[in-house]
Amino acid sequence: MPSATTLLPDRPVADEAFLADRADFVRTEAIRLIELAKVGHYSSVFSAAEIFSALYYGVMRTDASRPDWPDRDRFLMGKGHAAVGLFPVLADLGYFPAEVLNGYTRLGSPLGDHPDMTKVPGIDFSSGSIGHALSNGLGMALGGRMSAREFSVFVMLGDGEMQEGQVWEAALAGAHHRLGKLVAIVDRNGFQLDGSVDDVIGIEPLADKWRAFGWDVHEVDGHDAGAVRDLLRQLAERPADAAPSCVIAHTLKGKGVAYMEEEPGWHLGYLVPADAAAAIAEIRAGARA
Amino acid sequence: MSAASATTATPATLAEGSWQYRGLNAQNPGLDHLSDGLLDLVEAGVPVVAGTADLQYSNGLVKFAQRHPDRFVQFGISEQNMVSAAAGLATTGASPFVATFASFLALLCCEQIRMDVAYTKLPVRLIGHHTGIALGFYGTSHHATEDISVMRAIAGLTVVSPADGPQLRAAIRASAEWPEPIYFRTSRGRDPQVYGDDVVFEFGKGIEHSTGTDLTIIACGTQVHPALRAAEVLRQEGYSVGVIDMATIKPLDVELVRAAADRSSVVLTVEEHNVLGGLGAAVAEVMAESPSRARLVRHGIHDEYSLIAPPTHLYAHYRLDAPGIAAVVREIFA
Repeated sequence: MPSATTLLPDRPVADEAFLADRADFVRTEAIRLIELAKVGHYSSVFSAAEIFSALYYGVMRTDASRPDWPDRDRFLMGKGHAAVGLFPVLADLGYFPAEVLNGYTRLGSPLGDHPDMTKVPGIDFSSGSIGHALSNGLGMALGGRMSAREFSVFVMLGDGEMQEGQVWEAALAGAHHRLGKLVAIVDRNGFQLDGSVDDVIGIEPLADKWRAFGWDVHEVDGHDAGAVRDLLRQLAERPADAAPSCVIAHTLKGKGVAYMEEEPGWHLGYLVPADAAAAIAEIRAGARA
Repeated sequence: MSAASATTATPATLAEGSWQYRGLNAQNPGLDHLSDGLLDLVEAGVPVVAGTADLQYSNGLVKFAQRHPDRFVQFGISEQNMVSAAAGLATTGASPFVATFASFLALLCCEQIRMDVAYTKLPVRLIGHHTGIALGFYGTSHHATEDISVMRAIAGLTVVSPADGPQLRAAIRASAEWPEPIYFRTSRGRDPQVYGDDVVFEFGKGIEHSTGTDLTIIACGTQVHPALRAAEVLRQEGYSVGVIDMATIKPLDVELVRAAADRSSVVLTVEEHNVLGGLGAAVAEVMAESPSRARLVRHGIHDEYSLIAPPTHLYAHYRLDAPGIAAVVREIFA
């Protein structure tokens, strides 16, 4: 198929140390912003921090000066409640001034608990209702192939999200239409609001399910930013008519703050300033260790 | 993205009149208007992508699919996935039109329409076909008597109910200049024609066929044709009757409603839909906030599930045909 894309820039280059630093930046900024809102999804962000970091600093072709650039790679979040971890990355890359973060969730702010594409430059699709995002990404991958553009579409899904029927409708269609530029990333942190995913409605054997649906399945340590980067860069180069890819990223819900790692209730919560400062210090100390 | 095969033949051993599903288009030329409207758009350079959920013969998209297989997506029986994917397609510059039975589109996919299509302000075109009680004895699962109500409540969504195939085709052509997401409410393709092929469509404008001082009938969709026929009969009986085709239900042509209420003693809304939340409710909202003292009567399905019967029998039973509408009017003035 002839390409509508004449010259694509190189993918961003970042070493493991920088990606790890940006992942902790995601965590500490999320803590700071949640302090403004007085409620937020700490541990859902912490499990996904290295995935955000790897994608935006080491994989995706993006251009903050052109958020609507037609050839850009796309990122969608089925688990939109982790957007408080993505907003600092977008500000850091220059999609909007960092001061905008300081109004997080306050009256009239573009930044709420879930991402809104009509309000925030760099958000490729709005979310908040779990289960839609893979279908949205499917449409983007179809549109990209129809218009002979070479962008990839990365869709981060929660592991609890696997319980939504629409995910499997999209999984069937993605494989049927052979959307090689579509990459699902399951943040397999093991927990959802009401408890462990295994206890609520179990989803295993997850890799077998995706394989049975016709996807090319990979598993990775979701906190090894270098490994996530390398795998996603490789998958981004798959042909547009290959089978779509599913990455099961094994993560720890609340990664970086010890008491959150042990208690799934931190899916949603609030830390008073003193505890927030201590959590930020713990994350920074962990990075130096 | 495979095109449908062009099978429409039945074995020569079968008697005339036997038919099978893939012959629906040949039997039912009214179904062509959807595809024809999309073909018009492609010709005009609009990057149309059409999709359906295993109903390409029912909605006639098979014609478009055969002409432009590269612009057609078969989603299978996964309506919610189709609507969300259409929204994703729209972000890439495509002009997506997705079609399925109105009962599934407006109700099963309501949340996908709200979240992925309307909240995002994406120019997705939703075609809900076989509206109202048009599917007759297929029953309530296949009837859509709540879709106007539900779609009208979604902020930023335009709701259009064409009276016939030519008006649908004209509305599809006109959609190229309409930036909002649109829900098209269409019937079976067997509806009697109200308009000629040269009809033009203007979003947000009702069509005033006639004016009257006793009564203005405001109808939409399949009810425009019987409303016009009923008005003819009623005029012969001495009534002064006007008829408005309110083809766009949202945004409603408020000025036209107010003018009708100022002019006529009675405003009668007629719709193949529950009287709660539909066209009648939209007109009621305007009249309640206007100084006019005209009386409003809403005619349609009165908050119930339809009986089982062939469609024409149902239209007669619910007085949604010309004799029925005329009878309703006589009762109002009795």
